[in-house]
Amino acid sequence: MAHRNEVWITGVGLVSSLGADAREHAEKLFLSGSGVVPIIDETRYSPYPVHPLVPLDFSSQISRKSDQKQMELWQRIGVYAAGLALSDAGIAGDAALLDRTDLVVAAGSGERDTKVDCEVLERLGSREDAALLAKEVLPSALRPTLFLAQLSNMLAGNISIVHNVTGSSRTFMGEEMAGLAAIENAFRRIQAGQADRILVGGALNAEREDLLLGYEIGHNLWRGPHRLVWERCDEGGGFIPGSVGAFVVLEARAHAEDRSAKPYARIAAVETDRASRAPGQTVQALMQLFARLNAGSNPSGPLLALSGASGVEPASGEELVFLASLAVQNPEITVRAYGSLLGHSVEAHFPLGIALAALALEQGSAPPPFGQSDIERPFSGSVQHVLVTGVGHWRGEGLALLQAIE
Amino acid sequence: MSNSYHDTRGRPRVVVTGIGLVTSLGRGKADNWTALAAGRSGIRPITRFPTEGLRTAIAGSVDFLDIGGYSAPALSAAMALAAGAEAITEARIGSPDAFPGPLYLATPPAEIEWPQRWSLYDASSGSGETGYKRLLAAARASEWREMRALCPFASVAERVAAKLGTRGLPVSISTACASGATAIQLGVEAIRRGDTDAALCIGTDSSVQIEALIRFSLLSALSTRSGAPAEASRPFSKDRDGFVMAEGAGALVLESHAAATARGAEILGVVLGCGEKADDYHRTRSKPDGTAIIGAIRNAIADAGIAPGDIDYVNAHGTSTPENDKMEYLSLRAVLGDHLAATPVSSNKSMIGHTLSAAGAIEAAISLLTIRHGVLPPTINYAMPDPEIPIDPVANTARAAPVRTVLSNSFGFGGQNVSLVLGAP
Repeated sequence: MAHRNEVWITGVGLVSSLGADAREHAEKLFLSGSGVVPIIDETRYSPYPVHPLVPLDFSSQISRKSDQKQMELWQRIGVYAAGLALSDAGIAGDAALLDRTDLVVAAGSGERDTKVDCEVLERLGSREDAALLAKEVLPSALRPTLFLAQLSNMLAGNISIVHNVTGSSRTFMGEEMAGLAAIENAFRRIQAGQADRILVGGALNAEREDLLLGYEIGHNLWRGPHRLVWERCDEGGGFIPGSVGAFVVLEARAHAEDRSAKPYARIAAVETDRASRAPGQTVQALMQLFARLNAGSNPSGPLLALSGASGVEPASGEELVFLASLAVQNPEITVRAYGSLLGHSVEAHFPLGIALAALALEQGSAPPPFGQSDIERPFSGSVQHVLVTGVGHWRGEGLALLQAIE
Repeated sequence: MSNSYHDTRGRPRVVVTGIGLVTSLGRGKADNWTALAAGRSGIRPITRFPTEGLRTAIAGSVDFLDIGGYSAPALSAAMALAAGAEAITEARIGSPDAFPGPLYLATPPAEIEWPQRWSLYDASSGSGETGYKRLLAAARASEWREMRALCPFASVAERVAAKLGTRGLPVSISTACASGATAIQLGVEAIRRGDTDAALCIGTDSSVQIEALIRFSLLSALSTRSGAPAEASRPFSKDRDGFVMAEGAGALVLESHAAATARGAEILGVVLGCGEKADDYHRTRSKPDGTAIIGAIRNAIADAGIAPGDIDYVNAHGTSTPENDKMEYLSLRAVLGDHLAATPVSSNKSMIGHTLSAAGAIEAAISLLTIRHGVLPPTINYAMPDPEIPIDPVANTARAAPVRTVLSNSFGFGGQNVSLVLGAP
């Protein structure tokens, strides 16, 4: 096998319902002792609870108002988090480095103008009025600039424009698979020497009726009062969307060392697959991925598993079977389903797990259990290895193994 | 060390062993090549939805596949499957339902469309709710299996992966109008890394629907020559007035040269190099100095390990918008220099329109057919040379010419630029 570069995380940019940057997340997750209470809005989109974004001053990362106006909220969240990651990595404002930094984004649909949608639905009493829709309603109602806010690749486009990241730009789609593909692509390119430094991540604006509709036609949303991920599995399942922007800077070790960048952690391996989702197939796929993950890595001792479980059944139940089987082999495994606290962020959810793993390895500790259950047990040892799981609510399975840098 | 299985940098050489095509000119590369070589246009009046009162009422739509009523994801999947199956059959690789490698799929963003929004709205007419609350109430109250299978972003890739039996996580990519080229680049990189011996790279697009047409129209991006559909797309002509939306899919089976040779496959061409560069200037316009486009072309040529003078022919992005064609010329001029005067540059979009997410894959497929047949497809509707774009556009009729190395360009909104260098076996 050819020489493989070590892949370091040298920057983390994180915004969610919990905090406005990585520092705030680290303090609340790892240093608060007793654990934090999730921030939930149960009324605005009732019966669907959502985790709303913490109030942000977008101007601190997107200085031009004209740029902000050209974006919908999901893009502003992503551009903000991307800017935090670049600053954290010490790349922000360094034109030469930015010109050689590649960009990989996991994105879903852009936001629709729901007011326009409602206007059209209510104005056209008869479905025979399609001609009217074409001739009168849409041309006057649609704002041309916000078309661009709807295109999946325009989160990446806006990051290039606002932060001047111009090495290259790729956007992956496909719900949770977008996040899995984005992290895997960035990791493998750096490992193989096809890229030196990649800004990778995604964003979700959970506070959108059009987003809720897209998932509710498949009955994937949790209805009613907030429950923890594992509790929802026992009660029919469903996910609670959470607004999140999560970006990390991945970098070849040699390049990070050359510019004296401080690493959070190394990514040792990323493996992904698509199981058919016939009963038992998700468990089997995860077991095989874990075997592949470990082939070159050999983690020993305590392992923190940051689970990206959505709470949608049967996917999350099968993931739990997989995690239980790991616990049989390795009694020192500690599970935390971070969606219990931050909600499910779909495309951004695996990048979010990678970002949280970086913080856990920097702190050397695990967050307190999210709620009372047999699944999430207290852990007070030193965290040296973190497993991040990503199981799509419908399709896609992935695992990543991260390690502390001695 | 370079040998037939590795390039000058010691990376596995990536070859093409299967090609598939669907465009408004027809299904399959034989029919498409005949039409392209004859300079035929696939642009027609739109019949899919009412266009009365719209300034643009033409497109290169694909209406000949049986998908039981139009929906964008269903048509995207059907075209991707048709092109993918054609490429796999030609490559004689794996079996029809088990392709031995990953899927890289360029596909337009998916979403709930108007007919679906209406059916939800109508289903909940007694609820007393309005707007999205009413849509959500309808979604909650019933099963929407068909809609649910169509609307996830992953749905097109899922259908293709399930049917063709590709391995691993199917990857859906969007780099706007460069997506098809990015799909090929992802396959090339995976083979060069040694992650796989084969990859199936497909670009597909089915965006001729009312809202997308109006939105592009509001951006003043579309040709308004609705009275003369076949003459509307006129890249590099001084009187060009915008692009024509179109549909289609292009597919390539990529393999490492070593693996293809070991199984006795016929080599149809080589992907010599891929280059990309992002632009930070504007959401729909490229930097006035063209540095991002120039960067993508230079990176592709450098990645191929050749010199600009080695390019025999350029399969242009050539959208027929005033801005693109001029910027593309200036960028080619910057990279190829005096060699540009001796290099034919033609645009397939003059005949098939702009297939958006699929364009990079479709045009890579046509570039390989160009090499294979030794015939340059023309830029049709080239009626009025633009003095600002002094190129040889292979005006109006195809031309026989030996071609070994083709540069194929794809540039997207959002500043995403990708160029490919394709070579003879």
